[in-house]
Amino acid sequence: MSELLLETRQLRKSFGGLHVTRDINLVLRAGDKVGLIGPNGAGKTTLINLITGVLAPSAGAVHLGGEDVSALSQAQRVKRGLVRTFQITQLAPTLPVRLQVEMAIHERQGTVGGFWKPRSSYSAVQDESQAILQSLRMAGLAARAPVELAYGEQRLVEIALAMALRPRVLLLDEPMAGVPSGEGQVVLDALATLPADLAILMIEHDMDLVFNFADRMMVLAEGAVLAEGSPAEIRRHPAVRAAYLGEEG
Amino acid sequence: MTLLANILIDGIAYGMVLFIISVGLSITLGLMRFVNLAHGAFAMTGGYLAAWLVGAQGWPFGWGLLAAVVLTGLLGAVLEALVLRRLYRRSELEQVLFTIGLTFLFVATANLLAGPEVQLIPLPAWLKTPVDLGIRTLPAQRLLVIAAGLAVLALSALVLGRSRFGIWLRATVDNTGAAAALGIPVKWVYAATFGVGAALAGLGGILGAELMPLEPYYPIKYLVLVLVVVAVGGMGSITGSAVAALALGTIETASKYLASDWGSLFFFLSMALFLAWRPQGLLVARRA
Amino acid sequence: MTSLSLHAPPLWRQVLPYAALLGLALLIYFVFPDQLPMAARIAALAIFVMSLDLVVGYGGLATLGHSAMYGVGAYAAGLLATHLTGNPLLGLLAGACAGAVLALLSGLFLLRYEGLTFLMLTIAISQIAQNLASKLRQWTGGDDGLSGFTIQKILGLASFDLQGRVAFVYCFAVMFICLWLMRRLMASPFGLACVGIHQNRQRMAALGTRIRWQLLKLYTIAGAFAGISGALAAQVAQIVGLDSLGFELSAEALVMLVLGGAGNLWGALVGTVVFASIHHWASTLNPYHWLFIIGGMLVTMVLVPRERWGQALSRRLQLFRRAAAPSGASS
Repeated sequence: MSELLLETRQLRKSFGGLHVTRDINLVLRAGDKVGLIGPNGAGKTTLINLITGVLAPSAGAVHLGGEDVSALSQAQRVKRGLVRTFQITQLAPTLPVRLQVEMAIHERQGTVGGFWKPRSSYSAVQDESQAILQSLRMAGLAARAPVELAYGEQRLVEIALAMALRPRVLLLDEPMAGVPSGEGQVVLDALATLPADLAILMIEHDMDLVFNFADRMMVLAEGAVLAEGSPAEIRRHPAVRAAYLGEEG
Repeated sequence: MTLLANILIDGIAYGMVLFIISVGLSITLGLMRFVNLAHGAFAMTGGYLAAWLVGAQGWPFGWGLLAAVVLTGLLGAVLEALVLRRLYRRSELEQVLFTIGLTFLFVATANLLAGPEVQLIPLPAWLKTPVDLGIRTLPAQRLLVIAAGLAVLALSALVLGRSRFGIWLRATVDNTGAAAALGIPVKWVYAATFGVGAALAGLGGILGAELMPLEPYYPIKYLVLVLVVVAVGGMGSITGSAVAALALGTIETASKYLASDWGSLFFFLSMALFLAWRPQGLLVARRA
Repeated sequence: MTSLSLHAPPLWRQVLPYAALLGLALLIYFVFPDQLPMAARIAALAIFVMSLDLVVGYGGLATLGHSAMYGVGAYAAGLLATHLTGNPLLGLLAGACAGAVLALLSGLFLLRYEGLTFLMLTIAISQIAQNLASKLRQWTGGDDGLSGFTIQKILGLASFDLQGRVAFVYCFAVMFICLWLMRRLMASPFGLACVGIHQNRQRMAALGTRIRWQLLKLYTIAGAFAGISGALAAQVAQIVGLDSLGFELSAEALVMLVLGGAGNLWGALVGTVVFASIHHWASTLNPYHWLFIIGGMLVTMVLVPRERWGQALSRRLQLFRRAAAPSGASS
C-alpha cells in the first residue's frame, strides 16, 4: 500500500448552530488522484481551509505524513508539503508573474530570508521559474503582472505557484474555473509532469474534466460525504444523481 | 477626598468634550469607512465661529453657540457633497493624505483669517457662576459640558437605534446600491450624517475651548486624542466612544493632578493596553 | 504600489542615478555653498524618510510612530557623546542599535495587529517614548533638550566647520551609503517577500511565508536606519530635542514619502528635498504659508492621481517619438 500522506479524522466545523463540515474522514495516499464534487455550499472550500489550517476546526484532527499537524499554522503545513490553490485567485496584483514564481521557489528552498545577494544572481531559481511557466505555456507572460492578464491566465499562475512549491499533497480548488474550455488540458498536462507519488485532491464543477482526471471520487453535500467510489460508481450512484447531477444525469 | 472629586469632575468633563468631538469621527470611520483626519478642523471651526460671533460680534452666548454649530455642520455637509464623496472608493492611504492636506489648509486659513493667537470665547456670567448640587458646588460650565455629553449620547443612541434615519444610515452603509434601489436617498444620508458629525465636533470645540485652546494648530495638536478615543472605543460604536473618552479623559486628568511630570504617558499607555486587550474596540460593536 | 522588474537593469543604468546624485552633491558643494547647512540637514532627514519607505512603501504597514526610532537614535548619539566618546561613527552605531532595539521590541507587540489598530499603537509607542524622555529630564534635558556635547573629527580628518562643509560631506556620504544598502536589501529575495506580503498576505501565507517574522525583520532594519538618521542629525545640530520623538515628525515624514512616491527609495529622497525646500522657503515669508502649499499639493495629488500625470506625460512622449521617427521605427 502506498504511503499515507494526508488523513483527516472526524473533521468538523460549526458556526454556532450551522454545521458546515460534519465528521469528514479523508485519506490520501501517494499517487492518489481524487476528485471532490458537490453542489454549491456543500462545504468543499471550507474543507480545504480546515485541512490547510486557515480555519480552525471545531473538532477532529489533520495528519500529514503520519504527523498530527492540527496545531500547526498554515505556513508550517506548507513547509511539510501541503499546498493549495484558491478558488478566487489570490496573487500579488502588480508583481510580474515570474517574480511570484521565483518567490515561491525561494520560500521552498528557504532562501527567502537572504538579504545580501540580489534576486538576479539566483540564476537557478530564475531558470526553474521560467521552466515552470513554460510547462504551462505561459513563458511569454513572464514579465506581465496579474492585473494585465486574463482571468484564465491568472488561474494558471495559481497552478504555477503550486508547482513551484513541489508539494507532496496538492489541493486544487476549482482550478479550471475561468480557464477557457479546451485550455483545461494545458493544466492537466502540466500536472502530469509532477512526480507520480504526489497526491492530488481536485474540486471541480467541470464534470468531464474531473471524471477524466480522477481515480477516485468523493461527493460532498451539506458538509458530509454523500458518496465515495470510482468515477464510474459515482456516475451511477442514485443519491448522487438525485442530489447533484439531477434526474437527467 | 476633594482631590478625588476634582479629578472625577474635571476628568468627566474632559471626557465628555472628547466624546462629543469624536462621535462624528467614529461614525464616518466606522460606518462610512472613510478616514477623515481633518475631523479636528471642524472642532476648530466651531470654536472659531463662536469666538467671532460671541466675542467680536457681540451675540449672546446661546445664539452664538447655536449658529456656530449649525454653520459648522453645513460646512461639513457641503464639503462631503462636493469633495469627500469622491474619495470613498479610494485607498485608506489616499484618504489619509487628502485629509491631512485638508487639515493643513484649514490650519493655514485659520492663521490667515484670525492670526496665530488663541481665540477666546467669552462666557456669559451665568456659566461662570458655581452651581450648588448639594454634595458639592460645580462651575456651571462643567455642568453644561457633562449635560451636553449625556444629551449627545442619548440622542445618538435614539437616532441610530430607533429612528428611520438611523435605519437609512445603516442600510446605506451596509449596501449603498441596494439602499438606493429601495428608495433611500443615499446621497442625502451621507451628507447629513457627515454634517451632523461636523456640527457635533464644532460643539465639542466650543465647549472644550478652556481645556483645548483654539489656535491654528488645533486640528493637528488634538487629532491624536480624537483618533485614540475612536480606536479604543471601537469604530462605529458610539457607546464605545463614550466609555473610552470618559476612561481616558479621567486617566489623563488624574495624571495631570497627580503625576504631572510624566505628561501624557499614562494616557498613551492605557490606550495601548486597552487596544491590545480589545483591538476591535472596548465594547465589541457590530462586526466581530 | 511597487512594480519590480524581471531582470536587473544593465550596470550603467544602475549606476546612473547614483552618479547623478553625486553630481548634484558636487554642484551644491561648489556652486551653492551657503545652502550647505540646510543640504546637510536634508540629507540626514532623507535617511529617515527612506527608512519609512521600507515599512510603508515596501511592507505596506502604515505607521505614524516612526519618529520613535529616530528620536531614540538621536538621544543615543547625544548621550554617547556626552558621557563616553564624541566619536561620530560610534555615535551612528549607537543610534542604529537604539533604533533597532526599539523597533524589535515594539514590533514584537505591534505586528500582532493590523490596519487602524496597528496605526494607533504605533502612535502610542512614540508618544510614550516622548513622554518618558520628558520625564527623564536628568538624562535628556527635557524641554531644553540635550546639548553641550562635542563631536570629534570624522575619521580623524576634519571637525565640523561653521560653513557646514564637513557636515554636508559627512551627511551626504552616510546618506549615500544608506541609500545603496537599502536598495540592495530590497533587491534581495527578502525584499521581494516583503512586497509580496504588502500586496497579498493570503497568497504569501499559502506559499509558506512566516509573515510576522519577515515583517519584524523589515521593521527592525528600518528602525536601525531611522536611528542612524536621528544620530546623524543630532551630531550635526549638536542638540537633541523632544520633537525628535514627536507625532509631527512622523506625519511630516509620511507626507514627504508620498510626495516623492513610495516604494522605490528614490522617491523618498525626492520628497524630502521638495518638502524641506518648500518648508524652508515658504517659512521665510510666513510660518504658516508653507502649509497652504503642502496642503494644496496633497489635495491635488490625491484628486488627480499620479497615474493620470504619468499617462498624460507618456502620451506626450509617444506623440513626440512618433513625430521624430515617422518611418515607424520601433521603440
